[in-house]
Amino acid sequence: MNDTTTDRTSLSAALAELMEDYARAIDRDELERWPDFFETKCIYKVTNRENVAAGYPIGVIYANSRAMLQDRVMSLRDANIYEDQCYRHLLGRPFITHTDGDTVHAETSFLVMRTMQDGVTSVFATGSYHDVLSVTTERIRFVERIVVCDSARIDTLMALPL
Amino acid sequence: MISSEQNVWPAGDVTRVPFWIYTDDEIYRKEQESIYLGPVWNYLCLEAEIPKSGDYCTAFVGDMPVVVTRGPDGGVNAFENRCSHRGSLLALKQRGNAKDFVCVYHAWRHDIKGNLLSVAFSRGVNGEGGMPPDFNVCNHGPRKLRVTTLGGLVFGTLSDETPPIEEYLGEPILARLNRVLRNKPLRIYGGYTQVLKHNWKLYFENIKDSYHSSILHTFFATFKVSRLSQGGGLIVSDSGAHHCSYSLVHQGGADKEFDQEKLRSNMEQEFKLQDKSLLEVEDEFNDDTRAQAVTIFPGFVLQTVHNTIAVRHIQPKGPNETHLKWTMIGFEDDSERLQDMRMKQANLAGPAGFVSMEDGAIGGFVRRGSAAADKESTVVLMGGMSTSSSNSRATEGAIRGFWKAYRSYLGI
Repeated sequence: MNDTTTDRTSLSAALAELMEDYARAIDRDELERWPDFFETKCIYKVTNRENVAAGYPIGVIYANSRAMLQDRVMSLRDANIYEDQCYRHLLGRPFITHTDGDTVHAETSFLVMRTMQDGVTSVFATGSYHDVLSVTTERIRFVERIVVCDSARIDTLMALPL
Repeated sequence: MISSEQNVWPAGDVTRVPFWIYTDDEIYRKEQESIYLGPVWNYLCLEAEIPKSGDYCTAFVGDMPVVVTRGPDGGVNAFENRCSHRGSLLALKQRGNAKDFVCVYHAWRHDIKGNLLSVAFSRGVNGEGGMPPDFNVCNHGPRKLRVTTLGGLVFGTLSDETPPIEEYLGEPILARLNRVLRNKPLRIYGGYTQVLKHNWKLYFENIKDSYHSSILHTFFATFKVSRLSQGGGLIVSDSGAHHCSYSLVHQGGADKEFDQEKLRSNMEQEFKLQDKSLLEVEDEFNDDTRAQAVTIFPGFVLQTVHNTIAVRHIQPKGPNETHLKWTMIGFEDDSERLQDMRMKQANLAGPAGFVSMEDGAIGGFVRRGSAAADKESTVVLMGGMSTSSSNSRATEGAIRGFWKAYRSYLGI
């Protein structure tokens, strides 16, 4: 195993750990931790394959700053009305598409099951995270996280982020 | 479900709505016939979805699947997405570009306007079989819709009796639509479909309900995007079928009414956005109106909140399911700043929208709450009994208008 392979393997492991921690924050209702996964200036967008294919820029959720993500958490906690629910993220292994200095581009498949008050668990969303990450020795953060859902349909509402 | 035959509309005219109207299978079937296939203008799509000759997209008129096409003459056509031979779909994709539509089942070929052109093996094979000699392709083909366009919106009707759309809507509603559309080329920003597990009428009533918005939607009221104390109004068409509600820019200062009601939504001191750019507004229509919703019976909504513009199409999918198809729009000449604002403010609308996520859930709460209430009715008395326009939005006049029109279409 040469150095490059080692680097790539350890980067891949570090990314996988980050993705798991991100999913845990949402699934364990630790939403206040969610914005910290992002750089101050960042893009977070939830969209679908149809919009991507048609070149349409708008998604279901769009933020271009960490502050907007914090505002969304505050709104979910204090303003919006929605039935209590929880997600279970199941993630694929991050696939590193390319690296550019300290910037890493990766794609990760996800399956999110949602459980509602009446106990019904159903597939809420499947798709792929298209990520741009900044990597330093101390930490990895999202510069951009585009969540591309396979389906353009959303059951009732999307309160919690994907 | 109890058949509607046993159910009669309760006394009290349109101030009482019986719960069986939302769940009855027979009522659903009647709606398909008397409303969607009847003398109404059904929203089909945006012209911007089919800009070039041969472009097509699929749509729904009630349960009926429809193909909408752009002809070589630049005109818009619509026909049932059903081969008149054995009933298979003619267009299988949601959108595309085509020279003709050939049914995959037996290769019956149709032109871009839905005219049947030819039938495979119509003369048989080796002199045997084939269609009878008097078979004429002109007498076959899917049902065609009469199409009209309005400011980039495409509507279709199956009935010869539907009046021109301007007459159908009436001047006041038309003016509120044109205020936004202005015959400017539209740009599509994106879309998604919200699946609602309840009857379509519950959602349509929710949009026409100007009473709930600043109560259910805390975000709306907290940031003074829309409060009942703000200037604004409610316009109901003479037929009752269509409506517009709008609110003007907030003049600032405290709201005594909101204090007195002790509403959740009056707690803005503790509730501050960290990124305030979300609430920047460009007064693009130059009239100080900050939020507006226009409905066209039976299933179209044009909503503007600040600088986000959304088309919503309410599609019934059986008595207890509704698809809400959202298309976020702007205009081809949007400045970079406006494009930016539309992107950000899209967060206000849709299934994850700060001011509208509750609308997706509330109909489900009503359905679940009224599961055993077939013989009970809702109370629609806010603002009195009339279906007329008003300067106040503390009224359910547009909901009563909806039921007035609905009952006349269904004859109940």
